[in-house]
Formats: sequence, structure tokens, C-alpha cells
Amino acid sequence: MDLATLWFGIIAFLFVGYFVLDGFDFGVGMALPFLGGVGKKRDDVARRQMINTIGPVWDLNETWLIVAGACLFASFPEWYASLFSGFYLALLLILLTLILRGVSFEYRHQRDSEKWKAGFDRMIVIGSAVPAFLWGVAFANIVQGVPLDENHVFQGSLLTLLNPYGLLGGLTTLLLFFTHGATFLALKTDGKLQHDARRLALRAGLVTLVVAAAFLAWTVIAHFSIVVLVLAALAAVSLVLSIVMNAREREGWAFGFGAATTMFAVVTLFAALFPNVLPSTIDPAFSLTIANASSTHYTLTIMSWTALVAMPLVLLYQGWTYWVFRKRVTRASIVGAPA
Amino acid sequence: MEWLDPLALARWQFGLTTVYHYLFVPLTIGMALSAALFQTAWVRTAKIQYLHLTRFFGKIFLINFAMGVVTGIVQEFQFGMNWSDYSRFVGDVFGAPLAFEGLFAFFFEATFIGLWIFGWDKLPKKLHLATIWCVAIGSILSAYFIIAANAFMQNPVGYEYNPVTNRAELVDFWALLTNPVALAAFPHTIFGAFMFAAGVIISVSAWHLYRGQHIDTMRVSLKFGLWGMLISTAGVVLSGDQLGLAMYAAQPMKMAAAEATFDTVCGPDAAFSLFTLGTPDGTSELFSIRVPYLLSLLSTHSLDACVHGINDLNAEYAIDYAATGIENFAPVLWITYWAFRWMIGLGMAHALIALAGLWVTRKGAKKPVAKWMWKIAIWSFPLALFANIVGWVFTEMGRQPWLVFGLMTTRDGVSPGTSGLEVLISLVAFTAIYAALAVVEIRLIVKAAQKGPDTTEQPDDETAQLPSVVY
Repeated sequence: MDLATLWFGIIAFLFVGYFVLDGFDFGVGMALPFLGGVGKKRDDVARRQMINTIGPVWDLNETWLIVAGACLFASFPEWYASLFSGFYLALLLILLTLILRGVSFEYRHQRDSEKWKAGFDRMIVIGSAVPAFLWGVAFANIVQGVPLDENHVFQGSLLTLLNPYGLLGGLTTLLLFFTHGATFLALKTDGKLQHDARRLALRAGLVTLVVAAAFLAWTVIAHFSIVVLVLAALAAVSLVLSIVMNAREREGWAFGFGAATTMFAVVTLFAALFPNVLPSTIDPAFSLTIANASSTHYTLTIMSWTALVAMPLVLLYQGWTYWVFRKRVTRASIVGAPA
Repeated sequence: MEWLDPLALARWQFGLTTVYHYLFVPLTIGMALSAALFQTAWVRTAKIQYLHLTRFFGKIFLINFAMGVVTGIVQEFQFGMNWSDYSRFVGDVFGAPLAFEGLFAFFFEATFIGLWIFGWDKLPKKLHLATIWCVAIGSILSAYFIIAANAFMQNPVGYEYNPVTNRAELVDFWALLTNPVALAAFPHTIFGAFMFAAGVIISVSAWHLYRGQHIDTMRVSLKFGLWGMLISTAGVVLSGDQLGLAMYAAQPMKMAAAEATFDTVCGPDAAFSLFTLGTPDGTSELFSIRVPYLLSLLSTHSLDACVHGINDLNAEYAIDYAATGIENFAPVLWITYWAFRWMIGLGMAHALIALAGLWVTRKGAKKPVAKWMWKIAIWSFPLALFANIVGWVFTEMGRQPWLVFGLMTTRDGVSPGTSGLEVLISLVAFTAIYAALAVVEIRLIVKAAQKGPDTTEQPDDETAQLPSVVY
């Protein structure tokens, strides 16, 4: 296996990390109105309880995107350049909503006013739902291919991306992350909130199963190979197991299988893409591939050693962080804490 | 200039989003270190005011930190979105330091900040102290890799141009990381960041002391801020001197533009200009006040060197870079000239404020300090931020018309497939959202600063036992 192929794998790994981790905190954000009450039933304690489950980790989860982006730039400059300039408005929307979401976590508790908090809560919901949807649209389009000309320049607009397969991909990630977030809340909270979260995860899981199965089936048919089929099947089985574990009130297992679902789904897409990185729908000869989009052997060698040293350390200290914050965020701890 | 010109709009967007991002960066770097030092003092001496200072300035740090993170993502995406031909051309070289930053520094910083904020009651005292040091080290390391990437644009090293792939390809990574411009710009940037953090600490402390409140804690932080300011201005001057040498060696045009010297000058004629008025077409000067020898000294550390002028460099570049079709290789002179002067002038003003402050408070501020002195201390903090910003404006505007000096012009780097309308939409969106967030952000920081430290916090000895629920 050459280094460029190895880096295709590392990029896949980084996006798996990003979607598994930021996926559940997108889900927690989207679940605010479902589990935190709305209007007169608005329950600020429950909302704070929810936000505090992801409080210590959302920032490090989002860092996976920054690292994935930087590694994409370094290992596949052509891919990075064509993708980011081509998917311009979609990425702009992702950036703007991520900004609003990030500052909202920090700002919402700075003033003890219902109106103030409700405003930032809305931004958290939008800032979680829009990227969760658009990342699915983006990745579905990467796999399906886009109109790239002979210079690898994207010849389309935002509407090019909003095709049926792209939209189905977006809906899949949206629902998947929503379910994933609800499962995480069932794992990390107590009392009524935990009970509600479990029920929500179960219902959302069933809807997700239908949509995700359709998306995966479409992917398998369009890019058939045994590997893609097996990976897609593993994603579907993980999702079923996650739902079953949820029904049996085993949140830890449910969350683990939920993470596996996201992982297998992302790997399915990368396997369907291989050995392309951004196929052209104008002419296959214009496609970006692992071979023609990658950096030099020298750069990839340096990058490989770096990843080999850095990644185990990163996994170690991030794993430790999750261990430190392993306990449930109880309702009592929120009630007792200063606003 | 056409109004939907993608090049002009992309440049405005880069300038706007970068300057805006940099409003938060210096405070993050400087305040992380300050919080780490306060907390170290607390762990070692067990004096309660150090804990109160850690928590107080830590809160200001955190309000600022979130903005730094979210506006930073834009920076990384922007190269691909607006400058895709640049990304294609330099990605093999320029991407690696960015990836290093992510893998070694940013993961580190982002993980440990969560542990620090939420770990007060979950980690042993010393381990918790280590987490804020990790944040401080991560933020400084992060700055190094970003500056190494930026230095490649000022002074490309460690690469070879490959005509087959039509791109710059990395051949010597060590040379890229030890670029002389990076080695000088790094301490200059870091000390500049400390300067702003010290300025904020001085200002906040002075505000409370002037009102006669929180005297036990704020006297300590005032002293800390004043010494921090003095040390960091000294660091800025020394590293700035080194940066001047490296810059002159790599980009003589930038030095000529900083000084508005039109013709090559030697020895006593190589004077540092305090004030210059040029002809409107920017080819000669009408009036100036100059200090003899000083420019020669700044550029080469000798008194009798010759310093190239804009006109001579232009004649030389017109031959060397004839393929670019560019006739004027000088940046916009009034910007480089005045940005350079403001940067230096504000740095000097800060050194004076620090010295005066230390003198006035030398006996523990037993004598009353004059009202106007408090006012200066309170209102001085934007100066350091402004010095930081004009320094970067000078560095980046002074690089024009090049995107990578000598290799790629700015106009060649812009995304070929991106329309002016798309860039305009994003420029308007960023401007609107950034402006709205700035209003909220400033209000929150001012509110937190004016509230002062919470002196009711009394932890026991073993763990800090402070509330871990934050949001």
C-alpha cells in the first residue's frame, strides 16, 4: 500500500472521529426543544443538564474537524482546493452555524434572563441541525461525483448539491446524529430526562433505520462491491443493535452501537469513493483520484510519522478526558449550582 | 475595480476575518499563561487571593476563548474556499505546518481546556494545575506552526518548484520550520500577545483600585500586569529588531515601503523616517523628518550599509519577474508606512506606561495616585491590541502584490470557479455576524471584568471543590 492510500485511510479515520464525536453533540443540541420543554413547559434545568453533558467535550470534538481539514490540505491539496471552493455556499452555511452554536454555549449562561437563554438555545438548535444535515449532503455528493472540469474546478452551484441522493444523505446524517445525541443523553443524565431521552432515542432510531437503510442501499447499488456491501450491512446491523439495546435500557451498549453505526456508514462512503477522492460527472478523466490529488512522497512521509506519534497521544488524553467526565450529570447538581 | 470582482472581495474577506480572529488570539495566548501563573502561585503559596485571581481572569479568558476557536475554523476553510489556486500551488508545503498545528497543538489545547474548566472538583490540585499549563503551552505551540506557515509566504524556503505538477513541493521540512522569518516573528508575536494580556490585566485592576474595591487581589494583579508589560515590551523590541533583519534580507521591498525610501540610500543617508509626505503617484518624497543612520542600523545592524529604495527594487524586479506582467512591486505605501510607525509608537507608549506605573506604585501604592494616572492605566489596553493588529496589517499588506513572495501573485491565487456573488454573500454574512457577536462579546467581557473576583470562594485543601457545572 502506498502512502497516498494510507492517507486516504487516515482522512477517513479523522472524519469518522469527527462525525462520531461531534455527531452526538449535534444530537444533544437538536434535542433541546424535544427534551427541554418549549413555551410554558420550558424547563431550563433540563436544558442546562443537557448542555452540561457535552460541556467539557464539545470543543475537543469540533477540533476533529479542524484537524481533518488541515490534514486534508496537507495530504491532498487538490482535493481540499476543489472540494472547499466547489462546495462554497454549503461550507459557508456550516461555518456560520458552527460559529453561532459555539458562542451560544458560552453566552447563554451569562445572563439570567429567559429571553436571552431562549435566543441562544435557538441558535444551538440551528447550529446543530444545519451542519448535521449539510455534512451528509456534502459527503453524499463527494461519493456521487460533481461536475469537475479538466482543471478540477467545480462547475455548479449550491443547487447542484441538492439532488435526491445528496438530500437523502443529509437526512440520514441529520437523523443519525439526532438519535446518537438522544442515546448519549440517556447515558449521561438521570430521572425524567433520562427516561424521556431513552424514549426519544427509540422512536428516532426507528425512523433513522428506514432512511439510513434507503441511503445505504442506494450507495451499495450505485457503487457495488463486496466490501461496500459488507460495510453497509455492518452499519445497518449496528443501528438495529443500538435500537434493541435502547429498548432494553442498556444505554452504554446502545451508545456504543450508535457510534459503530456512524463509523461504518462513513467508512462505507469512503469505500464507495475509493480510489477516487472527488469523481467528475463531466468526464471520468477529469476525476480527482488518490494518485492525482495527493502530496509528494516526501510530505506524506513526514505527515505519516507525525500522525504515528501524535494520534496515540491524542487518543490517550482524549480518552482520559472522557474517563474524568464519565459520571452522569444529575438534575440535583444543576439545581445546586450557581446559575 | 469592478464591484463583483472576486479577487477584491476575497481579499477584503481575508483581511476582515483575519483581523477579527486576531482580536481574540493575543488575549487567549497571554491570558492562558497569566491564569497558569496565578494558579501556580495559589498552589505553591495557598494564598487565597491567587485563587480568586485565577478564577477571575480565567473567566475573562474563557469568554474570549470560544470566539477565538470558532473564528479560527473560518481561517482554515478560507484557503480552500477563496484561494483554491493558492492551495493547489502550495498545499504540499503549506499544509504540513497546519496539520502539525492541529495534531500537536490544537487537539492538546482544546482537550485540556475542557478539563481545566470542568475539572476543578474532579482532579487533584496539582493535576488540575497541569491542565492550564497544557492549555498555555498548546496555544503557544499552535502559534509557532501558524507562523511557520505564514513565514513561507514571506520568505519561501525548503521547497522546489516542480514544472510538471506546477506547484511548490516540500524538500526540506526542517528548513521550513526554522525559516529565519519564523524564528524572529514567533517571539515577536508571542510577546505581543503577552503585552495585550498584561494591558487588560492592568486596565481591569486599575478600574477596581481606582474605585477602592477588591484591593487585596487587584493590587497583586496590577503589579503582575505592570511587570508583565515591561518584560513583554522588552521582548517585543528585541525580537522586533531580529525580525527587521530577517525581513530586510527576505523582502527588501517591505522595508523600503515601511520607510518610504524611494531611492537606495547609504550610511548617514539611510535614515529612519519619523514623518514623510510623498507625491501622489508614490514615486518620490516631498518632505520628511529623518534620523540619520537608523535605517541602516535596523536593516543590517551596521552604520554604513546601503538600504535599497523602492524605485531601484522595482527596476530590478521588473526584469526578474517579467513573467508576472506587474510593473509596480511596491505595496500600498501609506498603509505600510503608517502601520509600521503606529506599531512601534504604541509599543513604546506601553513601555512608558509600564515604567511609570511601576514607579508610582513602588511603595505598594501607599501614596494616592493621581486621577489622570488611573485613567491612563484604565484606558491603555486597546493600544496593545491595536499595536498587534497594525503589526499584522503591515506584515501582510507589505507582502503585496505577492501571495508567496517571488513565487505567486495574489491575483493568481484566488479560486477560479468561485463567483464574485458567492464571495460577496459570504463577506456580507461574516461582517454582519461578526459585528453582532462583537457587541455581545465586549459587553460580556466588560460585565465580567467590572463584577470583580468572587471573594466568597473558599475551597478546602484537598480538591478545589468549586462548582464544576458551568453552562
